[in-house]
Amino acid sequence: MSTQSTARRAVRAITWLLIITASLVALIGGGVIWDKQSWTPKLALDLEGGTEIILAPQIQEGTQLTEDQLAQAVGIIRQRVDSAGVSESEVATQGGTNIVVSIPGTPDQATLDRIRSSAKLEFRAVLLTDAVASLEAVGGTATGTDATPAPTVTPWPAPTASPTDGSDTNWIDDTIYQSYLKSTCDELDAAGANVADPTKPLIVCSDDGLYKYVLGPVEVDGSMIANAQGNYLYGSNGVQTNEWGVYLTFNGEGTKAFSTVTQRLSVLTGARNQFAIVLDGRVISAPRTLAAIADGKPVISGSFTETSAKSLSDQLKFGALPIGFEVQSSDTVTPTLGVAQLQSGLIAGAIGLLLVIIYSIVQYRALALVTISSLLVAFGFTYLVITYLSAANGYRLSLAGVAGLIVAIGITADSFIVYFERVRDELREGRTLASAVESGWARAVRTIVVSDTVNLLAAVVLFVLAVGNVRGFAFTLGVTTVVDLLVVVLFTHPLLQLLARTRFFASGHPWSGLNPKSLGAVYRGRAKFVVDSTVTGAELGKVSKEARKRQTIAERRAADNGGES
Amino acid sequence: MSSITQFGNRLYTGETSLNFIGRRTLWYIISAVAIALAVGVTVLRGGFSFGIEFRGGSEFQISNPAQVDTSIATETVNTEIGDGAASRVTIVGGNSVRVQTDQLTTEENDALRVKLADAYKVDVNSVTASFIGASWGTDITSQALRALAIFVALVSVVMALYFRTWKMSVAAIVAMIHDLVLTAAVYGAFGLEVTPAAVIGLLTILGYSLYDTVVVFDKVRENTSVAYDESKRTFADSVNLAVNQTLVRSINTSIVAILPVAAILFIGSMLLGAGTLRDIALSLFVGIISGAYSTMFIAAPLYAQLREGESESKKQGRPEKVEIVRNSSGAVR
Repeated sequence: MSTQSTARRAVRAITWLLIITASLVALIGGGVIWDKQSWTPKLALDLEGGTEIILAPQIQEGTQLTEDQLAQAVGIIRQRVDSAGVSESEVATQGGTNIVVSIPGTPDQATLDRIRSSAKLEFRAVLLTDAVASLEAVGGTATGTDATPAPTVTPWPAPTASPTDGSDTNWIDDTIYQSYLKSTCDELDAAGANVADPTKPLIVCSDDGLYKYVLGPVEVDGSMIANAQGNYLYGSNGVQTNEWGVYLTFNGEGTKAFSTVTQRLSVLTGARNQFAIVLDGRVISAPRTLAAIADGKPVISGSFTETSAKSLSDQLKFGALPIGFEVQSSDTVTPTLGVAQLQSGLIAGAIGLLLVIIYSIVQYRALALVTISSLLVAFGFTYLVITYLSAANGYRLSLAGVAGLIVAIGITADSFIVYFERVRDELREGRTLASAVESGWARAVRTIVVSDTVNLLAAVVLFVLAVGNVRGFAFTLGVTTVVDLLVVVLFTHPLLQLLARTRFFASGHPWSGLNPKSLGAVYRGRAKFVVDSTVTGAELGKVSKEARKRQTIAERRAADNGGES
Repeated sequence: MSSITQFGNRLYTGETSLNFIGRRTLWYIISAVAIALAVGVTVLRGGFSFGIEFRGGSEFQISNPAQVDTSIATETVNTEIGDGAASRVTIVGGNSVRVQTDQLTTEENDALRVKLADAYKVDVNSVTASFIGASWGTDITSQALRALAIFVALVSVVMALYFRTWKMSVAAIVAMIHDLVLTAAVYGAFGLEVTPAAVIGLLTILGYSLYDTVVVFDKVRENTSVAYDESKRTFADSVNLAVNQTLVRSINTSIVAILPVAAILFIGSMLLGAGTLRDIALSLFVGIISGAYSTMFIAAPLYAQLREGESESKKQGRPEKVEIVRNSSGAVR
């Protein structure tokens, strides 16, 4: 009766496994039919070939990047990549600060430039400007052994009042003035013209490095642009010229701000009549303001080519990045190398699997069949889970991920060993096989659960906190740990329960791997193997009491049924 | 049955017993000497040799060139970028050439890639080009270290709760740190390049090392709890028996875990040369061996030692004054 119910439970567990497997297959199959997904997991760049660019934000020391800023930047970069006509590219954040752009194949230079440039656009009123060459004559060069001795410079008069608008020269103090005179363009770039505080004045060079400027705070910025378009410029006589420009359309806020500033600047004279357009920390153009522009549709000129005008207008349209980024690493893997890496990974996996199988046959004889079939089930199951996650969540299998899968072969097989050795221990205590399987399982499952928990914890912590390749590895390790647990519970144990009922195993055939005689238990005939055996009674009592202590009610029933029938 | 099974039987009954706990001083000394030696050699060599991911630079790999010759690359780089810029040119996996240079600008990077393709008479798509900022490897490592710290904290709590004693947590963590340090020091001592992949391998060791220890400690806990209160064994003896009883299991699980890793290591070095696969496998290979050793020779003796000061009954989890009555016909229900 009780053995009947054990068998029924075993069959039920295996049925569950079949149901879960079937649902996974159905889910993936649905994706294949309706969503153009595939039966194989998507591969990462290192296996497929392609370019991965990692962008690191340039932020001022002490400031923090907000999650919003990063999400915004990701969205903008994604639009830029898509507008370049690159399909199947991916843009993602990494480690809370970096942005990873993955592009299949080898992207052209224009695409790369488009992604890399931060397109941080600012409009600032000009306070002071002069050619770099003439400033050097006044201030001398700041560094180097051949620096011309600095002539005495009249210090800038201390500000008399706090500045009232963006054109107020009270923004300038002597420190700014001296720096304006002496700093080289490289020094200004290094000082972070691109990450400057928008509410403070800025010393900056022109794009060609010929002019230096002191600019007021930011009055209008790229985020206020509703649309932008690259096109030929028209001369004052209405005739199309050869020059390219970017036609901007501001949103309501931008239109108003732009109108106010141009109104103010148009009545000023000299340098302060100029309105500087700053792109990524350099002035690309500083036109004179002839009249107030109230319609919010200015045109930016500056030495644009067709490509650069269109590229900038795209960037402005999709929005400037809220922060500047620099390329931290750029990695191109050729498809040839990718295929080679994948092949090596698969070969290594096959060899690893084969070695494990051979070793288990040597160690566990017929019992190795359970290991092998469990490993195959685990392998198939892992494949399905990864394929499903690849289709549903966009997970891509990387080389590190493949390594994780191979390493997992060993860790999965470890669970079976822990289980088998437990069953052998129980046989040594003098139990029948059916009983040994049950009580061995009751103990082994705790060990397997806690050790898998430790592994899973490692995988989860690494996945959440680490970056790059580490994540791919942690992911497969985590998936395989969960699969391992599932397979052990729903396949390996039920299978062993069923096998324990066969003559071959129950009679302890020397080749079964579970022969009580060779395991050191003294065989006294079947009848003596029950609990009331005087020789093993005390020993068994101890063991079963201990096991009982830790069992749940359900497990206790299971053990009662299987163990003391 | 194989002889290892017979061996397992004798270990199980206590007929054969290896003295893991009693000779702990010897094991501690062996570990200390091994670590000191590896760390010492590392220091003498001038510290770790870091991969390009940590130094920053540009790397090119030419797959299946017409001629596998490093001098072509050196020449190309010297004419293109300037003398001495090609710091390392190596042949990997027998059929591709890897060139590592100082950090180049994006333009130089792209130009050199085309030039290298020309020089080796291959399509430009057969040349991989990577550009790695110096902060990349550092970033990955600092994240990894943070992950490590959080993991150790979490796992200590989990183990302390599961085993109901923090002393097992401490012993297991010490053994894990032993494995991490030893593996890292082996990298240093042999001058193996530390790459992010090696760091991944190192991180996996922590999971594996604890896995191994947990399996043994579970048996230790069983042997030293109430059910065994009849035995005349001391606590240390019980721990020793547990380690002996799980010895075969430990050997089997370690061998099975190391076989696939060895396969990756072999294939990774033979077919691909230096790279992700080999680096992960190498640190894992060292780590798993160290993990198997440290569980038996460090974690278990340390646990027994940690509990040395306690009374015999408290250690064995017995209620001090209550006598459990038993008769010979079976267990008390």
